[in-house]
Order: sequence, then structure tokens, then C-alpha cells
Amino acid sequence: MADVPPLPDLPEAVAAPRSRRSLQLVWLIPLVAALVGGWLAVKAILDKGPAITIAFATAEGLETGKTKIRYKDVDMGLVTGIALAPDTSHVVVTAELAKEAKRYLVEDTRFWVVRPRVSGGTVTGIGTLLSGSYIGMDIGLSKAPKHDFVGLEIPPIVNTGEPGRTFVLRSDNAGSLDVGSPVYFRRLKAGQIVSYELGKDGRGIVIKVFVNAPYDKFVTDNTRFWHASGIDVTLNSTGMIIDTQSAVSILVGGLAFETPAESADLPQAGANAEFRLFANRSEALRNPETDVMKLAMVFDESVRGLAPGAEIDFRGVTVGTVTQIRPHVDVAGKHFQIRVKADFFPRRMRSKDTGKTLSNDQRRALLSGMIARGLRAQLRTGNLLTGQLYVALDFFPSAPKARRRADERLDDDDLPEIPAVPSSLLELQETLASIAAKVKKFPLEQVGADLQTTLKSAAQLIGHIDNDLAPELRTTLAEVRKAVESADQVLKPNSPLSQDARDAMREMARAAAAFRALADYLERHPEALISGKREDPRETRQ
Amino acid sequence: MSRAVTAAELGLLRCHVCSQLSRAAASQREPRCPRCGAGLHLRKPSSVSRSWALLVAAMILYVPANTLPMMRTSSLFGSQSDTILSGGVYFWTSGSWYLALIIFFASIMVPMLKMIALALLLVSVQLRSRWQPGQRARLYRLVEFVGRWSMLDIYVVAVIVALVQLKALATIQPGAGAAAFGAVVVLTMFSAMAFDPRLIWDAREPVHG
Repeated sequence: MADVPPLPDLPEAVAAPRSRRSLQLVWLIPLVAALVGGWLAVKAILDKGPAITIAFATAEGLETGKTKIRYKDVDMGLVTGIALAPDTSHVVVTAELAKEAKRYLVEDTRFWVVRPRVSGGTVTGIGTLLSGSYIGMDIGLSKAPKHDFVGLEIPPIVNTGEPGRTFVLRSDNAGSLDVGSPVYFRRLKAGQIVSYELGKDGRGIVIKVFVNAPYDKFVTDNTRFWHASGIDVTLNSTGMIIDTQSAVSILVGGLAFETPAESADLPQAGANAEFRLFANRSEALRNPETDVMKLAMVFDESVRGLAPGAEIDFRGVTVGTVTQIRPHVDVAGKHFQIRVKADFFPRRMRSKDTGKTLSNDQRRALLSGMIARGLRAQLRTGNLLTGQLYVALDFFPSAPKARRRADERLDDDDLPEIPAVPSSLLELQETLASIAAKVKKFPLEQVGADLQTTLKSAAQLIGHIDNDLAPELRTTLAEVRKAVESADQVLKPNSPLSQDARDAMREMARAAAAFRALADYLERHPEALISGKREDPRETRQ
Repeated sequence: MSRAVTAAELGLLRCHVCSQLSRAAASQREPRCPRCGAGLHLRKPSSVSRSWALLVAAMILYVPANTLPMMRTSSLFGSQSDTILSGGVYFWTSGSWYLALIIFFASIMVPMLKMIALALLLVSVQLRSRWQPGQRARLYRLVEFVGRWSMLDIYVVAVIVALVQLKALATIQPGAGAAAFGAVVVLTMFSAMAFDPRLIWDAREPVHG
């Protein structure tokens, strides 16, 4: 022990009452920390949601740890990894979803990348310009769980569960339609095109449209859909018709539908019902003719300007349409004819005894009776500008009697045939041709030769005149001038002759005045003729 | 060098409150100051176990402090949560490696080294090690000194959260990681306070009290 300095008297510590517990409360702190840490760890494990993979064509705009998966703009998960597929054909995005998202991962749940996009006249995903892309999600209705998805390259137009119905349209071509193109109902936007694809057989296009809820109930089995793409310009024998739905549809194309008024009370069409897509509104709304009588007409002239769809017109009323135009060669007769088939709608010509439908044979009998009375078909120009033709039916009592054609058996369809008369244009042509023929007959060459000889002799005559007559003519002219000059001398204003003439004229005027005075006097005093002039005081005073 | 005499060897107690020196009676288990009545002890009572308890709590909370988001930034461009480590990684990848290093040292290495140092001190005291007592004392002083500066992170988060409240444009909110980190710093400070550095030297002689 070292030296300890002596300590002064120090008081002794006093004893404290024994109250302190030996348990050290300080250990509660790590306990609490452990509890908190443990709870956090357990929570993290429990909250860990399902991991899924989504295959995309590219990872454009996607970022590990940043890109979110959202459903109706609610965050559902986060992209945790982006990797190239083993065969490098696509990318596989791994994402971790929230725990509660587990039950939404079903067979028909869809994922797509939301990017700024312009389609169908609408702009979507503008927000992602600033915030970056995210993965959109649409929860399916299936019950089968799934964890490996294939992402859509194009966002779905319609989300699952949206009120409305999908319909299938069949069309010949896609026009200017695209996914997202609007569908109009009375020029209101009623839906969108969801998808389109080539028909299985390569013929036509199958278009799926989604009609939103309030509008879908107006789609009945008799609803007509038509292309409202762009501007529909129709040029036919009635003139030019321009039809369009809206400015948007002009730009991006679209469809329209309408239900004919008489079939509005039909039941609604079921989902996925199939419709035909017409080219335009008038075609779509044209009532399908239930009663069609097929006819044929044979023309000997050119049918240029006549097209299938051209009207059959009876005195200004459209009673049918041309369906087919086909040249027929008559091998035996060695001449060509053009056979035009047409649909004739007898309903459009009401007979007095309405309600009675004639049978086909009755109709034929009626038609042949009419033909006997002069019913003929004639090509007429509907539009001078475009040269469109239509077929006119009319009675031509003076028409030559119809005769059966020799090649009748060539037509296997056995249609009633209306004989044709040459068109008025053709008649005009014929007249012109006959004039031309007459002109042609004119002996132009001979006339020419005669004219030439005449001209030659005329030239000789002129030469003769030139040589013999001209010198004499010159001297004559000189004489004439001399004569004129002397006449001029005589007639000058100051010449003696004119002076004399002027004096004489003045005398004559004076004489005339005197004579007038005499005449006046005699009128007033006829007695003067006998008694002589009396002294008139007035006159003397004068 | 003459060997120093410790108060403990002489059986003397000093009151921490009124500085009254008093003689410890062998029979007394819980001495009190005869003048002011404050509790007297030769060494901080149960210093090692208290220090350990706080240190263990700090170690536990160190894990959430680093894994949970420190702050949450919401702006027009979406919201984002950042942990200390992700912030450091962000600065590193964006080229500001010096900032990344500062964050790494100040917020990750320093708390960790502090905890390791405390653990080292506690273990060495418990083992009554005689190894480098002077260095260990310096280490203790360093730990105590660094303690208050570790709150810098929390301070930065608090200031940013208060400043960046632009409603729809951008808001920053503190995350659970900030609370955990603050707890780590506070607990290590308490742990360092609970540790009695005199214990380092006590290994050289039999312990009293």
C-alpha cells in the first residue's frame, strides 16, 4: 500500500433505507427495442406480397426500384428487376406486389406499360411525361391464380368491368380505323374500337367495338353500323353527297351506328352479337328489300358509265338497282351483247289491289304483257358531268316488236328479260354518223380539181389585165385628176361662179320672201286679185 | 512512477451533488451523503449492465435505422422513399462520390464504430483486461465526444422536412428509419454515459463496491 496522506475527520456515509429493487429497469430498453425491431421484421415478412414476372417486348421507360404497378392509379407494386429473356426475344420484368394484390393475380389480369400515347383522337398518359412510365394493371374476373404474365404492348381500351357491351362487326376492309377509333351514336361518342383483325379466311375484317353503358341499350338486332371514317363523298347520278360524323372522325376515322326507327323496339342485342359494317350511312339504312324480282336486260350499245348499283328508274321513281353487267358473245351470230342483271323491287310499284302478292309466274305474265305494250329499257345519262348512266324503264309504243334472241339458252339463269331500245344518245350518235356518211360521199377531190382549173384561168385573166389594161388606166386616171382639179378651181368659194351663184341665191330668197308676202296678202284680201292692192293704213304707217 | 492511490482504495466516497467526502462504512450497503442525502457510490452502480442494455437496444435499432426509409419525398413526379444507404448509393451513382462518402461515414460507419467501441470497452472491463488502459480511455473520450455529432442526420432531416412543404408540388416526410436512427444515436450516448471509465483502471486492483 502506498503512503496515504492522513485524512481529516470525515463523516461517515449514512445508510439509506433499503427500497431499491435489484431488478434493473434499464434492461427494459433493449427489450422494447427488440420488440420493436422484431415487430418490424415480422411485419416486413408478413407484408411481403407476391412476386410476379411480366414479359414485355422492350423495357422502355421501366426502371428497377422506381417503376410502379398501378391499378386505377393506386400503387400495387414495384418493379424489382428487369432482365433479358434467355433467348433475348423479350424482357422479363420482375415485380413485387402488395400483399393484398395476391387475389387479383388471376388468369386474365392484364399488364401494360403506360406511356404518353396518342390514339383515336385522345391523348393518354400525359402524366407519365413527368413522372416516368408505370405499369398499368387490369384485374381479371377469372379465379385461377397466375404469376407469370405476358404484358400487352397496347393498353386495353376497355377495362374489365366497365359498363357496356362488346359487339362484333364484319367489314370488307378496315378503312381508316384503328384501335381506339370512336364509335358514334347520333354524333355522340358512344364507344370505341377495341380490336380488329383479319378474318380467319382472309376475307374481310373482324372488328370488335365496345359500346359504353348508356348507349349499348340502343343496339338492337336490327342496328346498322357503318364507316364514318373521314369524309364520305358520293358522286352518283343524283349529284355529289358529302357525309361526315365529326371533325375527329375525319382525322382518325370512326364508326357510327343507328337503329332504324321501325325496329327501335326490338330487344337489345346480346353481347358479342355480330353485325355487318356498311360502307356508309345511306347504304346502312337502306331497307333491305324483302321482295326482289330479278330481271335481265340486253343492250347492244356501250354501257360505259353504268355500274352495279346504278338505279333502275321508272319515270323518275327508282324501282331497282343494277347488280351485274356482263358481256355475252354470240358465237353463231358473231356479235356481242351486254347483259345487265338487275334487282327489281315490285313493292315499290303498288298496284291498285294492294296487299295481294303476285306469284312469280303472274309477274312474268304481267311483264310480258307490258313488254307487248312497249315497255323497254333505255340507257340514259344521269349526270352529264360524270357520264353516269342509269337504266330507264318506260313505254315506247313505237318501239320495234321484241323478238326472242337466238342465244337465249346461253343464259342459264332464265330471268325475265326486258328488251332495250337504243339510248337517246345513241340515236343522236347515229344521226351524226349519217351526216358524216353524207359528208363522206361528197366528191371532194373532183371539186378540188375543178376549183384548181378555175383558179388557174382566173390567174391568167388577171395577168392579162395587168399587162394590157394597166397603162391605159394610168393615163385615164391622170385625165380624171385634171378634170377634178379644174372643177375644183371652178367650185372654189371665191371663184366667180360661186360668187354669182351666191348672188343668184340671195335674189331667189328675196323673190321668195316677196312672193310669200304676196301670198299672205292675197289670203287676207282675196278681192285684191280683182280690185288691186288697197292702201292699208297700217302698212303705210309701217 | 509512484502508483496513484484511488479513493476507492482509501474507502472514501465523494458526493456527486455537494462534493462532500465521506468515509464508507463496510457495513453499509447503500451509503448516502451525510450532508445532502444523495446516494453515494464508489463506481457508477451496475454501470456495465446498464451500458450493455442500452448498447444492445441501440444495436437492435440499428437494423431498422438502415433498412427503413429515412425520408419520403412526394412531388409532382411521384413519390420516393429513401433509406440512408439508397441516398448514399444515389449520390455515388450520380457522381457526387464525396457526398456519398460523407453520408457513408457519418451515418453508417460512425454509429457502427461507436457501438463496436462501446462493446469493446464493456467486454474488456468485464474481462478485467489490463490491455492498453490509456488507449481505451482515449477511445471512451472519443466515443463520448462523437456521440452528440451523430445527430446531424436527424437534424438535416428535421430541417428539410420543415422547409420542403410545398403542398402539391413537393413534400418531404420523415420515415420510420429516422426515428430508429435517432434512437440509435441517443441510446449509444446514454450507453456511453452509463459506462464508468474508472472501471478501465480498476482491473489493476481488486474491485471495491
